[in-house]
Amino acid sequence: MTVQQSPAASAEATAGEIQTVVAARRLRGVGSVFIGVGRPSTAAILARMVHNPDLVLVYESGTIGAKPYHIPLSIGDGELAETADSIVSVPEMFNYWIGPGRIDVAFLGAAQVDRHANLNSTVIGDYNHPKTRLPGAGGAPEIAASCGEVIVIAPHTQRTFVERLHFCTTVGHGDGPGARERLGFRGAGPTAVITDLGVLEPDPESKELVLVQLHPGVDVGQVREATGWDLRVGEAPAVTEPPTGEELEALRELVSR
Amino acid sequence: MAELTTLREGVGALIREGDSVALEGFTHLIPFAAGHEILRHGRRELELIRMTPDLLYDQMIGVGAARRLVFSYGGNPGVGGLHRFRDAIENGWPHPLEIEEHSHAGMANRFAAGAARMPCALMRGYLGTDLMAHTRVERVTCPFTGEELVAVPALNPDVAVIHAQEADRLGNVQLWGIPGVQKEAVLAAERSLVTVERIVDELEPKPGGVVIPGWAIDAVAEAPGGSRPSYSLGITDRDNDFYRFWDKLSRDRDAFTDWMNENILGEEVAAR
Repeated sequence: MTVQQSPAASAEATAGEIQTVVAARRLRGVGSVFIGVGRPSTAAILARMVHNPDLVLVYESGTIGAKPYHIPLSIGDGELAETADSIVSVPEMFNYWIGPGRIDVAFLGAAQVDRHANLNSTVIGDYNHPKTRLPGAGGAPEIAASCGEVIVIAPHTQRTFVERLHFCTTVGHGDGPGARERLGFRGAGPTAVITDLGVLEPDPESKELVLVQLHPGVDVGQVREATGWDLRVGEAPAVTEPPTGEELEALRELVSR
Repeated sequence: MAELTTLREGVGALIREGDSVALEGFTHLIPFAAGHEILRHGRRELELIRMTPDLLYDQMIGVGAARRLVFSYGGNPGVGGLHRFRDAIENGWPHPLEIEEHSHAGMANRFAAGAARMPCALMRGYLGTDLMAHTRVERVTCPFTGEELVAVPALNPDVAVIHAQEADRLGNVQLWGIPGVQKEAVLAAERSLVTVERIVDELEPKPGGVVIPGWAIDAVAEAPGGSRPSYSLGITDRDNDFYRFWDKLSRDRDAFTDWMNENILGEEVAAR
């Protein structure tokens, strides 16, 4: 049997495209997703196109149920407001929607990720004399504390996956088991870290990230090499199902809009 | 009752040297024209307050108008970093910048407490993060449940400046689209200035429209296009190309300074 593919989708998927497709698949059956700009936004719009047309997109700017046709540059682009079911103020967004845990999944990025999926988006180097001053927390700490679960999307390099964060902006699983409960966080915290090489998930007991899935053509050694700590590898990591023709075609069409 | 005035006179009367100033607008309705007018008035030593400094505060910091910055996300949304903000913090150029940073939820609650004239707001957040040790928050215990919470101090700026789509001749203001934290900022501040795209005879109710009564505002000034390169929903579009252009231009101190002198600060620009 031959699968019909359009010329656009026949070319092999890039690592970035696979990362986006894998993130979009995680939104099957999800009610609502909180997203920032960039790859998370692309993945969520793709999920609405391919897997989950009823998915509610929530952007930090206060747009709930946005249905963007184009990938927005900022979290506050006009199209998000024009297509939203409801638009709320920032205090309302955090106090009435995020805090009580009304949003099922949050996609977050970060400059640094540690073995317990804690995140740094504040500084590289010393806080008072930073080598690189990053944008800062934005909504991430409270989003990660309260949304149903968190999926981290980050490029897999030693610069990003570090033994020790230079600054803990956002708590993932803290120092391990029980940390979130002690802090009174209501959400489950990070359930997956999706990179351009594979997928890491926290061990249910130790809450340490474990490599559970490899993207096509990537081997375990490559992922361990790109990780700044001695990365644990799950028994027989799965291989990511390559993007289908439908997924890749939809993604490329979306990006070209 | 809000006084209808010009942008130049409004800024001159309401914003003073050394003030704490919140020019709010969350991606949408950022009051660029008013910020530029503050620079042309030569106001310095400002404490600049904004959740997202955005390009406007990058410009104000880069020309040396800020003594202190209070913020929660200092990025160029969807593009990258803010280079003048970074240069000030990393290298002290053009002079050192004191910072106080929070999360978005923290800043939003600080404005809301300020608007309510409460001393602080309670929230869940900050716990477990390194922000706890680097900013103004305190742990408190709920007297009813014993739950451990965080208190953030109210924000009460000397002046709030916002941009809206329209106002009527009595100075009643209506904005719609993403409302950000502007209403809270106006009600939290001691003084307030609102710039608008247009003055109309009568406000026409819009879905989701936020109306701020004129008697709660000090001055309203017409400033068509006053949120560019941000936008005013339904009237102007966000200039995403400018946000990308800024990323390149603002990396270089000289190119930045030349551009500001030519496009924002010059006498002939002010006269337009």
